[in-house]
Amino acid sequence: MKAIDKQISKLTVATALLLLGNAVHAGTITAKGSDTLVILARKWAEVYMTKKPETKIQITGGGTGTGFAALQNQTTDLCNASRKIRPREIENCIRAFGKRPTEYKVALDGLSVYVNSENPIKELSLPQVEAIFTGKIKNWKDLGGPNAPITVYSRENSSGTYEFFKENVLKGRDFVASAQTMPGTAAVLQAVAKDKNGIGYGGAAYGTGAKHLLIKKDEGSPAIEPTEETVVKGTYPIWRYLYIYVNPALDKGEVAAYLNWIRSGEGQKLVKDVGYFPLPEVLRQK
Amino acid sequence: MQLNTSTSRTWLAIRRGHRARPAEWLAEKLIFLVSLSAILTVFLIFIFVGREALPIFLGKMNSSLVGKVIPPEEMDKLTPEALRKYLDLTEAQFKEMDRETMKLLMELKVETADEAPKDKDAAVNTTAWRYLIFPYQWSDYEKPVSIWQPISQIPKYNIAPLIIGSIKTTLIALLFSVPLAIGASIFVSQLAPVRLREIIKPAIELLAGVPSVVLGFFALIVMASVLQDIFGYESRLNAFVAGIALGLAVIPVVFSISEDALTSVPRSYTQAALALGSSRWEAAWKIVLPAALPGILAAVILGFGRAIGETMVVLMASGNASIVSWNIFDSTRTITATIAAEVLEAVVGGPHYRMLFMTGALLFLVTFVSNLVSEIVIHRLKHRMEGKVA
Repeated sequence: MKAIDKQISKLTVATALLLLGNAVHAGTITAKGSDTLVILARKWAEVYMTKKPETKIQITGGGTGTGFAALQNQTTDLCNASRKIRPREIENCIRAFGKRPTEYKVALDGLSVYVNSENPIKELSLPQVEAIFTGKIKNWKDLGGPNAPITVYSRENSSGTYEFFKENVLKGRDFVASAQTMPGTAAVLQAVAKDKNGIGYGGAAYGTGAKHLLIKKDEGSPAIEPTEETVVKGTYPIWRYLYIYVNPALDKGEVAAYLNWIRSGEGQKLVKDVGYFPLPEVLRQK
Repeated sequence: MQLNTSTSRTWLAIRRGHRARPAEWLAEKLIFLVSLSAILTVFLIFIFVGREALPIFLGKMNSSLVGKVIPPEEMDKLTPEALRKYLDLTEAQFKEMDRETMKLLMELKVETADEAPKDKDAAVNTTAWRYLIFPYQWSDYEKPVSIWQPISQIPKYNIAPLIIGSIKTTLIALLFSVPLAIGASIFVSQLAPVRLREIIKPAIELLAGVPSVVLGFFALIVMASVLQDIFGYESRLNAFVAGIALGLAVIPVVFSISEDALTSVPRSYTQAALALGSSRWEAAWKIVLPAALPGILAAVILGFGRAIGETMVVLMASGNASIVSWNIFDSTRTITATIAAEVLEAVVGGPHYRMLFMTGALLFLVTFVSNLVSEIVIHRLKHRMEGKVA
């Protein structure tokens, strides 16, 4: 009898431990993905955790592609993405858990085109920007500037910003091969600040060191400065959404509550602090 | 029983005059296991990289964006086998998957096809060897180009610019560092007064302690501007800056090994030369240096391995533009920097991912072969110097 008692008590301990383990896990949300989003995601997590201390949120970067791979392996609950999911990645997810991941828009980002502050050029049209970055215009004098070759600075092709710029500004064309690629927006900005013939692109919120150009949609339209107002209204032509993707099977309980909070007025208030722009009212969660 | 103990005794006391104590035996076995696991790890890395890269090497990968698309409504018209083939599933996967999921996959195929660019190159399998090595005139380009544009409507994976980039920076690094390092090692080991040697040697070896990311950052911020002021080239970050920074990382490697080689040449050689009336310089240059040549060669090969495999410095200082150019003042992109920058974002198992592994495998092969060749050369050289016939 004693032996059985012992067995039972062992079992109880084991069950208790198991339950405890589950309980701990249930309170933890993991988010992985884009490096662009990682600072914003950390901010959200930090504020949300002070509000709801029982929820633990872990944020990791590594890149949008890494995030999708983790989503597909189900090693993360949320995937932060600075670009839309690709068909191949949807396919992998369907193979892994039989469903298309749900997409949530969580913030807006405006992209600026930077030049050196000594550069006399103040505004460019989208077709001109395209021609510069695809290598059709090679000298500043063709744009009304000094007679000097243009040095093009770009981002690494792993970056969501790179892809966005290529799809939307270059209309899918390739960047000129001589474009120098920098590991981050700050590096692009720094390179442009040091190179008086340089031109680069990156988040509108990255401020100092270089001049942000005003952008015209086409030759006839007015030149617009990238500010919160123009980006949120959509009058500034180069902007994108930032996303969070989630496995629909997990989109309930705490995860759903967290996602709703991010898209509510309270969550969106934090977006500006880290340099992106909040969603327009219509897209927010009431 | 008797037999058993005697065999176990020889096993325990491995070719030693006395019986090994149990603790010694245990330590010996543990060390053996650790070294075995090191070999195993290298082997496993090799297998892993090779496996990921194999489809490219064999030309089995197909990155063509155009394929035959079957509308999802016609799902039931297909035989199970045809459906399995169409969706590219294994038998086991096919058995487990329900109808809904398969339908989803079929819808996705249609979507992918709709999104594919309407381009004459969309049907091209860009991972075939001829597109990887030779220039090709893509639509939208004015002339045939060798170009690395993996994230593109038509992904282009020409590795020529990357290989040229790697070779270019490595050569610059070696041309800069090897003469300096060998010169320094001759000076330190043969000519310098003892007190000076005690200062110079640790100072150079301290360079090895600088993390490469710090070196890269230094090159990016300081060296690039200073060198640009001196040489007046156009693009601030280029193969030259990266090569010089890389050289700084290579110097301590080459220096300490060649210094060891020079020091281990018997003192009597120098003494004999001096006794015959040669100067200290002549003794060092004509007697000690040739005698230490195998070791110095090994140092250079190791330096080469370090230079071609170094990532952080080139990632930060080379500008990373993938252009085919032998001009050392042009910005350049190396294999290592490409892998480091892109592999985290590549779709796992996709053509881009496999291409990166393929370039990694190439790099592995190059260092492996160079090490092998150096082993052979050094071995021969040693034999000849010792007067044996190779």
